[in-house]
Amino acid sequence: MKTIFAKSVPGRKGVWPEEPEGQITDFIPENLLRENLPALPEQSELDVVRHFTLLSRRNFGVDSNFYPLGSCTMKYNPKFMEDIANLSGFTDLHPLVPQLRGAGHYTQGALEVLYETEKLLCEITGMDAFTLQPLAGAHGELTGVMLMAAYHNYKGNKKTKIIVPDSAHGTNPASAAIAGYEVVSIESRDGIIDPQALKDALDDEVAGLMMTCPNTLGLFERHLREIVELVHSVDGLLYYDGANLNAILGKMRVGDVGFDVVHLNLHKTFGTPHGGGGPGSGPVGVNKKLEPFLPISRVVKLEDGQFFLDYDYPFSIGYIAPFYGNFGVILKAYAYILRLGREGLIRVSENAVLAANYLRKKLEDYLHIPYNRTCAHAMHEFVASAVKQAQKGVRALDIAKALLDKGHHAPTIYFPLIVKECLMIEPTETESKETLDQFVDDLIEILKIAEENPEAIQEAPVNTPVKRLDEVKAAREMILKEQDM
Amino acid sequence: MPYIPHTHGQQQEMLSTIGVASIDDLFTDIAPELRPKSFDLPEGRSEMQVRSHLEKLAAKNNTNLTTFLGAGFYDHYIPSAIKAILSRSEFYTAYTPYQPEASQGTLQAIFEYQTAMCRLMDMDYANASLYDGGTAIYEAIMMAVRATKRKKIIVSECLSPIYRCMLDCYTTNLHLDLVTVPHKQGLTDIQALMDQIDEHTAAVVVQNPNFFGCINDFTSLFAKARENGALSIISVYALMQSVLKTPGQMGADIAVAEGQSLGLPLSFGGPYLGIMTCKGKLIRQMPGRIVGKTVDKDGREGYVLTLQAREQHIRRQKATSNICSNQSLCALQSLVYVSLLGPEGLKRTAHACIELAHYAAQKLTSINGITILNDQPFANEFTIRLPVSAYAIIDKLVPQGYVPGFPLGRYYQGMENCLLIACTEKRTKQDIGILVELMRGALE
Ligand SMILES: Cc1ncc(COP(=O)(O)O)c(C=O)c1O
Repeated sequence: MKTIFAKSVPGRKGVWPEEPEGQITDFIPENLLRENLPALPEQSELDVVRHFTLLSRRNFGVDSNFYPLGSCTMKYNPKFMEDIANLSGFTDLHPLVPQLRGAGHYTQGALEVLYETEKLLCEITGMDAFTLQPLAGAHGELTGVMLMAAYHNYKGNKKTKIIVPDSAHGTNPASAAIAGYEVVSIESRDGIIDPQALKDALDDEVAGLMMTCPNTLGLFERHLREIVELVHSVDGLLYYDGANLNAILGKMRVGDVGFDVVHLNLHKTFGTPHGGGGPGSGPVGVNKKLEPFLPISRVVKLEDGQFFLDYDYPFSIGYIAPFYGNFGVILKAYAYILRLGREGLIRVSENAVLAANYLRKKLEDYLHIPYNRTCAHAMHEFVASAVKQAQKGVRALDIAKALLDKGHHAPTIYFPLIVKECLMIEPTETESKETLDQFVDDLIEILKIAEENPEAIQEAPVNTPVKRLDEVKAAREMILKEQDM
Repeated sequence: MPYIPHTHGQQQEMLSTIGVASIDDLFTDIAPELRPKSFDLPEGRSEMQVRSHLEKLAAKNNTNLTTFLGAGFYDHYIPSAIKAILSRSEFYTAYTPYQPEASQGTLQAIFEYQTAMCRLMDMDYANASLYDGGTAIYEAIMMAVRATKRKKIIVSECLSPIYRCMLDCYTTNLHLDLVTVPHKQGLTDIQALMDQIDEHTAAVVVQNPNFFGCINDFTSLFAKARENGALSIISVYALMQSVLKTPGQMGADIAVAEGQSLGLPLSFGGPYLGIMTCKGKLIRQMPGRIVGKTVDKDGREGYVLTLQAREQHIRRQKATSNICSNQSLCALQSLVYVSLLGPEGLKRTAHACIELAHYAAQKLTSINGITILNDQPFANEFTIRLPVSAYAIIDKLVPQGYVPGFPLGRYYQGMENCLLIACTEKRTKQDIGILVELMRGALE
């Protein structure tokens, strides 16, 4: 499809405000102005609406397709949440208003949303305090690791390393490195953390361990207790990557079992849409040990029931975000939690785990399921491997593309890195049995064709707006924008 | 339960397929001693009840204030067509476009966004977005540190104090040498910035218009940086960039911006948009997603995520950044905004804001005791000095429904009497007239 730049018609009128009188040079000298107007599209309102409507049709989304993208929790995004985030009482609010001493009572509703959301997340996770400021999961990780660093600095601990299991998401080691730590990777055994490998890596310079539980294979970390004790024994801290919280709502609280710091992905567990790559929201929860270091500002409730922003925390790490987080996303998650309530959230995890185990069972005769003896069951997702198929030349990538032809989004592939030809499948609790069964039937059919006629699968996809794309060419030619006219 | 489709019968069927008797049996891997001590949450509510609760909370916020508050975040008009497009669930319920054949909509939109940002800034490359304007400056600094292998960062005090606080936070444990060059009566002290540049300098960081509203041409500063092997980083006001001299023209190496002014609501601080653009030579230092154009098997044009060897999912601790999810939908929003307005519409909008601000400055400084902070040209935001504390004025005007501006004393010592005033096209000359009268009254 032509780009909107290629469709541009010089002189065509878009959404133009009235022409002000006079010239900009009446106010600003010419040498401070740009020489030419930027070469942006010149299109009518309809042109623009049609262009983007057509573009949208070239996308899969949760509303139109099953989207079992592992580790991403692509559940249904309830529509009323969008309406709530669009209420003008929220969208029109300037973030600096509550900082104008005394003007805080003009934003009481918004501050209450923040305060109440923090409280709810504390109860859900068993942590003592939350900050909603981190703007995505990885941003939460960075915040969390900086909190760990602040704790160690405060105590005078000389800590230089953070341990990350080899099954961890790439953001974990990246966040630890960016916060200034050396990253020590430990090898998993049977798909979960090996306490012996941890012991071998553990010394007084270890600041902490970053852990995802259930991990990225969808397996519960069965040595959790021992791991927590080991890390705490060197005054290390336990970090919980909450990307997989959808598995354990009401079944385990990370604060209760000894984690010191946790980030959540509101855009996964709490039903806020992913937006084609964001915006997300990555709140961070801590226990009492780390609370003094939380970013400022913090929302506090006064005795008279009023809310205000407190900046007076001498040990705070400071400003992690310009304001209070991705407020529009936080609003949606708050509405989601209120809507579901206690029972609803418990049912979320129960049904997410049910769906994952159902799919795993239905597929176990067709795909290799690694580490299926480590735990009694999978959690909210599971990992399958196309190693058998790969021997015939059909790789995980090919299977993924063939699924697109059937109208399903593909699972996450080639992650986690420790499983070859990996397909990571996360169905979520909101998909019906009919959808799951259809997916199973389609996948089994693909695997049969893969045996008989591998070329057909290697050709996939053929039903999508474009066929398989040449990624090598993209990286080599680096056409990263429309050429200038 | 809301949003869970299974009937009781179906659940039983699924359980028996799995070979367990109950849902609880699926959770046996979580040992009893790991179970929650409490899970004391409110009962669920109907959609209607939740909506009504949130409508009440929304109504507790006063959004009927007439505000002249800016400080980097502006109340511009947002055309309705934006919401119509952003409500397409094919866009907003998709994930990051990992499967390009199923994500051409998102990918082409990002490619167009990258193009639009390059053209707005006159730069070579843009990424698919960062979280916000502040994290964009931080990422720019880290690019410079990697590219130059140096540690000294020279920051103008006229860079938003909010962003400078963020930089302090992010660099705490990184052993960088952050040097802040003081402002001179709200002016960016270009000579002092130049004097700081030496062979250890990784980057010099400035803002245009600066936090006090003043516009500069940083060409000579950036040339000096280049001569010394340092990079120039500039943070700009995205919408105003449609009329102001561009980062590219000035010779900047990295140009970043908070993109909120391009069609995003204020929304109490987010979601916003971190715009990041750079010169060609820096592309491999760029953080985050980048979309490139390619062809499919049949030679048809298409788009993919590219140059991924920079990113965390490939490079892990050696990645250029830890960013994964960004602000993709906000990037789309800004693309739709610039497409709807086009070059002429953007210019007219900027012009309208500039004209109103100059009108306001002229009227306000006609009040006895109010002066403008300096003579430097400004766009739609300027600083005045009052004979009293800015807070005293705010305290008097806000209850009357007017937020006269941002009190600079909040971040700058010795500027307790200074007020930063922004005008957007949503303000009118009448609004300004009333502001002037209220101000006059408050000073009497
Ligand atoms: C396990 C895990 N950790 C962290 C992240 C990062 O989250 P975000 O993309 O919001 O930064 C993800 C997201 O893909 C994830 O799956």
